[in-house]
Amino acid sequence: MSTIADFKTAFMPNWCPGCGDFGIWGSLKNALVEKGWGPTDFCLVYGIGCHGHMVNFVKSYAIETLHGRPIPVAQGIRLGNHKLPVIIVAGDGDTFGEGTNHLVHIARRNVKATMLVHDNQVYGLTTGQTAPTAPKSFKTKSTPSGVLEEAVNPIAIALAAGATFVARGFAGDIPKLSKLILEGLNHPGFAFIDILQPCVTFNHVNTYAWYRQHIYDLDENHDVENRAKAFEKALEWGPKVPTGVFYKVEKPTYEEQTPQLDVKSLVEQDLNYQNLESLIDDLV
Amino acid sequence: MICLKTKMDNVSLTIKVGGEAGFGIMASGLLLIRTFSRGGLKAISINDYPSLIRGGHNVILVRVASHEIFATDDVVDILVALNRETIDIHKSEVTDNAGIIYDNESFDVKENDFSRKVSLFAVPLMKLTKELGGDVLMRNTVALGATVALVDYDFSYLKRVIEDQFKSKGQEIIDTNIKLAQAGYDYIQSYHPHGYYKKLKPKMKSQKQVVLTGNEAIGLGSIAAGMKFIAAYPMTPINGLLFYMADKAEKVGYVYKQPEDEIAGINMAIGASFAGVRSMVATSGGGFCLMTEGVSLAGMIEQPVVIIYGQRPGPATGLPTWTTQGDLHFVLNASQGEFPRLVLAPGDIEEAYYLTQVAFNLADKYQTPVVVLVDKYICESYFSIDFDHFQKKIPIERGKIMTEAEQSAQEEVKRYLLTEDGISPRPIPGRKNGIFHSNSDEHDEFGYSTEEARVTKSMIEKRMKKLIAAQKEDRDVILYGDPDAKHTLVGWGSTKGVVLEAMRQLDLAGQKGLVNYIQISWINPFPVDSLKALLSKAKHIVDIEGNHNSPMADWILLKTGITIKDKINKYDGRPFFPSEIIEEILSY
Repeated sequence: MSTIADFKTAFMPNWCPGCGDFGIWGSLKNALVEKGWGPTDFCLVYGIGCHGHMVNFVKSYAIETLHGRPIPVAQGIRLGNHKLPVIIVAGDGDTFGEGTNHLVHIARRNVKATMLVHDNQVYGLTTGQTAPTAPKSFKTKSTPSGVLEEAVNPIAIALAAGATFVARGFAGDIPKLSKLILEGLNHPGFAFIDILQPCVTFNHVNTYAWYRQHIYDLDENHDVENRAKAFEKALEWGPKVPTGVFYKVEKPTYEEQTPQLDVKSLVEQDLNYQNLESLIDDLV
Repeated sequence: MICLKTKMDNVSLTIKVGGEAGFGIMASGLLLIRTFSRGGLKAISINDYPSLIRGGHNVILVRVASHEIFATDDVVDILVALNRETIDIHKSEVTDNAGIIYDNESFDVKENDFSRKVSLFAVPLMKLTKELGGDVLMRNTVALGATVALVDYDFSYLKRVIEDQFKSKGQEIIDTNIKLAQAGYDYIQSYHPHGYYKKLKPKMKSQKQVVLTGNEAIGLGSIAAGMKFIAAYPMTPINGLLFYMADKAEKVGYVYKQPEDEIAGINMAIGASFAGVRSMVATSGGGFCLMTEGVSLAGMIEQPVVIIYGQRPGPATGLPTWTTQGDLHFVLNASQGEFPRLVLAPGDIEEAYYLTQVAFNLADKYQTPVVVLVDKYICESYFSIDFDHFQKKIPIERGKIMTEAEQSAQEEVKRYLLTEDGISPRPIPGRKNGIFHSNSDEHDEFGYSTEEARVTKSMIEKRMKKLIAAQKEDRDVILYGDPDAKHTLVGWGSTKGVVLEAMRQLDLAGQKGLVNYIQISWINPFPVDSLKALLSKAKHIVDIEGNHNSPMADWILLKTGITIKDKINKYDGRPFFPSEIIEEILSY
């Protein structure tokens, strides 16, 4: 059994006071403790953005990758050692700016990984440009007259791409988010969780108060195995915004369908191939 | 030194098979080269094809000889024309008394189509194919039988090659193809009994040989090295490697993954490497452009990864299916930031096999990306090579990878421990103890982010120290030929075979002391001392490269201070031919 303290590093978060990242950080650790995992039982794979600083605040096996690239790195880790659970921590820029292509493909592959997207509609680390999730007309430093594009819809993209677990959380409700992350960790496939979080410095519209006013929980009446219903809910953004699990089904993972991984993980396998001569013989 | 036999009965001839794409031209070439190789003859085949699946002109050139050969010239002794276009395009390449096999019932060919004297061998390819119940696309098999008959070669070799090659397609296909080949063979024996004036005989005693491309040699090398994960997005000229690796994955037990793009490919390979397995990617220039930020990530987080880079002419899409050596500077300078980029450039198939294995050892020992730089000519050309050569594999060296016990003795491992040689012990995630952080941000020894000046400086020094350590690995450059030769050619990569063939031909012509050749296969680390020693003794240095700007001459200047004034360049997408090199050398 682990405790929150097991994940403590020598560094305290340098996020702005009140940043939504704190809620996600705390919820993740709660979920890990609840899951019974200690620092050596999984690997965190970070993207780049304010969220990526979390690499310094969680003691665990970890790799901080490039902006937009945590997904392919996580897939490589899963194929190299599919006995090691991976958790992808990414931002809205990572996921819907530079990395959208990767999201689509990890979802349709159903690689077993839990993905936490920090979605605050702005690029905080680079001091306040628009993110792909920002609503139309939203004013930022890079869109002084307002965003001209429609916002991407994270839930609909994940659903369309074939993700087997699609959920939305809120960084301001740590107990619920902890539970949701745990559910993602327990999902035997690709679990996508878009997490709404305020950026207290650069987003003065989508504040804690705004979210609390607008979000509601999908209840037991929502059929999580019905993809069409999930899409219907995914299209809902105002006046109310649904949170919780939109879609959840079980399908074989990419790893399970790869016969080379049936017995041992790649990292456990012997490097010396004994039948090299037969391969050479095929070329005579 | 190259080994030459100068017996009078030496025979060498080149056969060109041409037709529309989709006619099975490439397959014909492979059957032909295997047929001769199994008889102990030396054979090489190179292909020219447009970036199309059907339509367009495809040509395969097979050179076969009773002696050692290193390259082909662009001449034709026997032209197998599956369509009239083949005659029109290649009529100027024929040698005196060339043999022309063509389908006289499908199109007309006259002796005066050619400026040289030729022998026409009409064979009703289509008619024979149809009579024997073959598909029209099988008429190249009839032509193969006819070709083998023309040089009086033992038909049983072709028969066995067909049996092996079509094994997976079932007995019916095998039988039909053998019947068609036999029909072509018999037709020549009946109607053109004298055949072509040069004959090829299988050797009585010969080494067992294999026939393979550079792509396959790289694939075998990676398997011999214990590679466990490869990601490769389709791109000429590494598709042959992709096919080979995808085909053998389940049998051997590694994973081949076709990624959504090359960005994903390199990042997956980095992830697999981080998980502790040997991993690689394969691509060409455009794909490598997409990979460069990933290469930088591998450099920063000190993750071993092997990159197979098959050059083709650019910029942009360029000539997708042709060859070049245009990307040396790009590879040496790829990605942001300062970190060791190791680069090896095999000059032939044997080196492709060997240096791929070396690349995996270097990547693990120095925990940095290693590029194996080849080109379309090496990737896709077939060469007959002694079987024994491929049984020699080099020992796997994984460098400072930590044992489970070493790692588990620590609660948290300093992933970037500062050491004398810059190389830190490398932990693996998922073990019982010893967590660590890999970090693309500048980091301290534990891998936590830092922007502190002193740590930044020491980390850059640490990473660059690894290149100094790797420099101790450097292998001497190889000098081929007479050390006192009048001219010294300096080259890298696929020019090797062509230059050696030019030297062999000059040697036969009594010009042994005219030219020697220095081949550079270790590009970074660079063999500074041995190259300097050789170049300072050379009488007249000529740089030879298949590109416009002679980047190797720049690199030599940078590394040794030696300026090379005379340069031979070719940049039309075609490989060098020995005759071109001889002509250039004779002009000095």
